[in-house]
Amino acid sequence: MKANQARLDIAVGAFLLLAFATLMALAVASTNGRHNLSVEQVQLSARFSNIGELRIRAPVKIGGVTVGEVATVELDRESYEALVRIKVDSTVAIPADSSIGIYTAGLLGDRYLGISPGGDPESLKDGDEILFTQSAVVLEQLISKFLFNGQDDKEADQTPKSETEQK
Amino acid sequence: MRAFLVAIGETGWFLLTILRASGPRRDFLPDLLAQIYSVAVRSLPIIAVGGAFVGLVLTLQGYRTLASYGATNSVSTMLGLALYRELGPVLTALLFIGRAGSSMAAELGLMKATDQIASLSLMAIDPIAKTVVPRFWAAVIGMPLLCGFFCAFAILAGYLEAVYALGLDAGFFWAGLQNSVDLYDDFVVAFVKSAVFGLLGALMATHTGFNAEPTIEGTSVATTHAVVNGSLLVLVFNFILSALFFKS
Repeated sequence: MKANQARLDIAVGAFLLLAFATLMALAVASTNGRHNLSVEQVQLSARFSNIGELRIRAPVKIGGVTVGEVATVELDRESYEALVRIKVDSTVAIPADSSIGIYTAGLLGDRYLGISPGGDPESLKDGDEILFTQSAVVLEQLISKFLFNGQDDKEADQTPKSETEQK
Repeated sequence: MRAFLVAIGETGWFLLTILRASGPRRDFLPDLLAQIYSVAVRSLPIIAVGGAFVGLVLTLQGYRTLASYGATNSVSTMLGLALYRELGPVLTALLFIGRAGSSMAAELGLMKATDQIASLSLMAIDPIAKTVVPRFWAAVIGMPLLCGFFCAFAILAGYLEAVYALGLDAGFFWAGLQNSVDLYDDFVVAFVKSAVFGLLGALMATHTGFNAEPTIEGTSVATTHAVVNGSLLVLVFNFILSALFFKS
């Protein structure tokens, strides 16, 4: 009975250890492991006239390297612009005259934000707004523009091309 | 309808009884360890083999479908998300209920039929605390751990098939997983789901077993009910939890 109990304890102990080891290995090897909870982040904001399909937690990249993520997306009730708040690693000093744009990973991939650093010696602080923004390129609008511009050329341009529409 | 409501009420009451009887007791830990051994450790082979073959077939079918779009490198993304979000917790729960839930119900039914539960009461030992509580907590603790093994074996088998049989690149395989599987939204949710399924499966098994008719026939009916009702409950709650967790 005593020996049996000891064997059972060993089996259960080995099982529990192995299970937790497996969980840790899975968490490290097969997930994105958002360990950056401890990294201090600054919050910045930016306004866009159109954000396309930008989602919460889309990556924010500088030169292709992820430095943060989208925290919230909401509508500015007065200017009817999209107000995007982002969280960026606070160790990255972003020049105050940087510009931010919404890009697409690949032709049809997910949206992400790309920051093009400027040259200002001052850097953005927590709560600042990035003023130079470039909205998302909506593929359907591009295509329709291309198609209708092509027709306009054929029909001895009676109507001036509408350049009022901001992309 | 009335019988259905009564069944829900009885099951909920039984859950409360289990929780109330879960207080500290002198031989709670040895009982719990023994039940973890018979419920979880001995389910490991079926979970491992089941997980490996689910991983193999998912990789194979995913590869065939994705190949027509030239996106075969996404096969690990599909494998990881399908496993962590739905298949891992649900299939583990179904295998676990078939393997361990049925034996729990049968054991308790037989204890009832052979008056062991009545004799525990005669000895002033709470039969629920002695027989039901260790089985219940062993399942709640064991299920997420078994789900971890299931997912690990499925991913490992998928990896071996993708890299060595289908000729995909090993780097793309792990990068696809690491880029798309979120630690909290996918991975942790899988184990929360799994613990809930463990609770549901163990609750149905112990409830039907403990309240079985004290006959041989009653035991067999209880075993059937434990597996059928437990599995259905898991599938229903899987939909509810998925709808709650994956809103966006």
